[in-house]
Amino acid sequence: MKKMNTMQESLTQNLSPEQTMVNLFKDHRHQITADHPEKIIQLKEKAIQQVGAVGFPELTTEDWRFTNVEPLFEVPYHYDFSNQSRPFDIESIFTCDVYDLDTFSVTLLNGWFVYKNAPLTSLKDGTLIGSLSKAMEVYPDLVLKHLGSIADITKPGFSALNTAFFQDGLFIYIPEGVKVEKPIQLINIVNSENPILTHPRHLIIQEKNTKLTLVHCDHSLTNNVSFTNSISETFLDTGAEMEFYKVQNKGPNSGVMSHSFFSQKFNSKLNHTSLTLNGGFTKNLINVVLEEQEANATLNGLYLVDGNQHIDNQIQIDHASPHCISEQLFKGILDDEATAVFNGKIMVRKDAQKTLAYQNNKNLLLSDDARANAQPQLEIYADDVKCSHGATVGQLDQDAMFYLRSRGLDKRAARQLLMYAYAAEVVNRIGIEPLRERIDHLVDKRLKGELSICDQCVLHCNSKEPAVFNIDMNKI
Amino acid sequence: MLIIKDLKVSIQGKTILNKLNLEVKTGEVHAIMGPNGTGKSTLASVIAGRDMFDVDAGEISFMGQDLLDMDPEVRAREGVFLGFQYPVEIPGVSMALFLRTAINEKRKYHGLEPLSGAEFLKLMEKRKKLVDIHSKLTNRAVNEGFSGGEKKKNEIFQMAMLEPKLSILDETDSGLDIDALKVVANGVNKLRSAENSTIIITHYQRLLQYIIPDFVHVMYDGRIVKSGGKQLAYELEEKGYEWVKNEVGIREEI
Repeated sequence: MKKMNTMQESLTQNLSPEQTMVNLFKDHRHQITADHPEKIIQLKEKAIQQVGAVGFPELTTEDWRFTNVEPLFEVPYHYDFSNQSRPFDIESIFTCDVYDLDTFSVTLLNGWFVYKNAPLTSLKDGTLIGSLSKAMEVYPDLVLKHLGSIADITKPGFSALNTAFFQDGLFIYIPEGVKVEKPIQLINIVNSENPILTHPRHLIIQEKNTKLTLVHCDHSLTNNVSFTNSISETFLDTGAEMEFYKVQNKGPNSGVMSHSFFSQKFNSKLNHTSLTLNGGFTKNLINVVLEEQEANATLNGLYLVDGNQHIDNQIQIDHASPHCISEQLFKGILDDEATAVFNGKIMVRKDAQKTLAYQNNKNLLLSDDARANAQPQLEIYADDVKCSHGATVGQLDQDAMFYLRSRGLDKRAARQLLMYAYAAEVVNRIGIEPLRERIDHLVDKRLKGELSICDQCVLHCNSKEPAVFNIDMNKI
Repeated sequence: MLIIKDLKVSIQGKTILNKLNLEVKTGEVHAIMGPNGTGKSTLASVIAGRDMFDVDAGEISFMGQDLLDMDPEVRAREGVFLGFQYPVEIPGVSMALFLRTAINEKRKYHGLEPLSGAEFLKLMEKRKKLVDIHSKLTNRAVNEGFSGGEKKKNEIFQMAMLEPKLSILDETDSGLDIDALKVVANGVNKLRSAENSTIIITHYQRLLQYIIPDFVHVMYDGRIVKSGGKQLAYELEEKGYEWVKNEVGIREEI
């Protein structure tokens, strides 16, 4: 028998969200930690203690000044901690239209790994792709060595919450020297009649000299309320290369809290692009530690928000070793009453000489009520480094508008073209051509107001009632 | 084709054009010369529809229609083209996308089917040949990183693609070396016909050695103070603008 519990019940008892979550954990401890190795159970116990002790961030908490999480907890979530990883024909709810881009596709449904054939696939070259909960069972040593080792649960935030409650997610292991040719695509779907809170947990381990392209799509199937609080931990050993594309196209009632932690060893390369096309509330936290020399991290981001949408990108790069390079470019277009936060911290440790670190955040505001907050932070303790940061908030260039109109483009077409061009600086950095074309198309559609939440990622889905968001051209 | 009557234009209360009159007939090439700051570029911008200027009085008719009543894009679709003194860089938008959008907007306006990709490419190659521009400008983003000469050549190329009835070239010769100047002049001459008209705005007589105008006008203090044939350009080069001022009896306001 499933036991349901809702936040509403707890709220009527005037409990804080933290205490509610602690109680929820206590009540469902057995189900939440079912079949977990002992070490993981210990980690979870520690994490739930942190939730109770440190709590969730408030507007007075550093790094959270412009992002109010309170509304996320005003929802009567329904909880179901039973194992829902199962064979599932994803095509029953999707019409797939993957052209050009040939991917190895895996799916999470409401936080659980669903699959056609097996929960964990072992490729010929030794690569493992599949369910984290299955991996904990079959390869406990591999998982235990890494899981929780870089996801910091000590600060106010949501990583402790995820660590306490996660039950499944994506697991990828790439043995030394293996270059995975096909991009792996993770489709993270929330599909529920009732509001739900999920905690997907991903673990990606790349041994020496490996290569991986991961496309991670966050997607809503309905406009129902949901809150996804995910963590991914990625380990890039010596010479490992990763291209990580995160595409977020969520409904207006969805909350996304996405933590990505990266550990980079000698000469490893990370190229991360986050693309937020739609979302009610989105906070992306990216945390990179350049642990050894010659490591290189490039983080690009594009966000297109309107209505009451809120996007927060919080980036932390820790230059812990000399001769590393980090580069960030985040651009956004905001309309209506949308709000955006960019919080980028670059830490250069005392020994990290010859560091190159660049950061840039640019915002295009289309309405008087849209708001962008940029908080660049540099902390430099080494003396032989090159670091720079910049942040701009602006409007469409009137000279360019006139130039285009003088060639016969009306206001609307001219604005669209300029916004498209603005976004192109980020889109053009996408290395894989079919993916770049696909994303280029999505951005174009989004700016024309033709993108629904069902035009997801690299797939194409047919929903009964597509919700369309429109950046209103007439307000500019 | 173009009739300007008693045009008075100001920006933030400051009068720039005052009682300006000009008539350009179909098939004619007019050159407007004059010292800096006399309103030549303002005139070009006002004809093209830049809204930062206030038209306080006067009228402009184009092919019998009230031009001042039209949005800039409508003027463009009706056949007005402005070659910019400072073409704007638009990173991220390819020349091909930009021009194809422009051409198809114009076609739509005139009730024509849009050009297909193949038709567009064919047209582009043809026009490139016509104006003798062989560079790969069209593969790049609009004016991004173009040299001064490339930008001006690109304006002429756009003019060739859009086939305007009236072209206004605003200081297209400024900052060009002699080779680029010849390319620009050659383009204008190739496109010149009995059906279209051109207004060349220039500071120097140099360009007019390559594009022979039918009429030359001298602007001073916001209006045309002297008009004549092509020989006026030579005279100006020889005697300087002071000569015109004395000739027409302009006295500096006290």
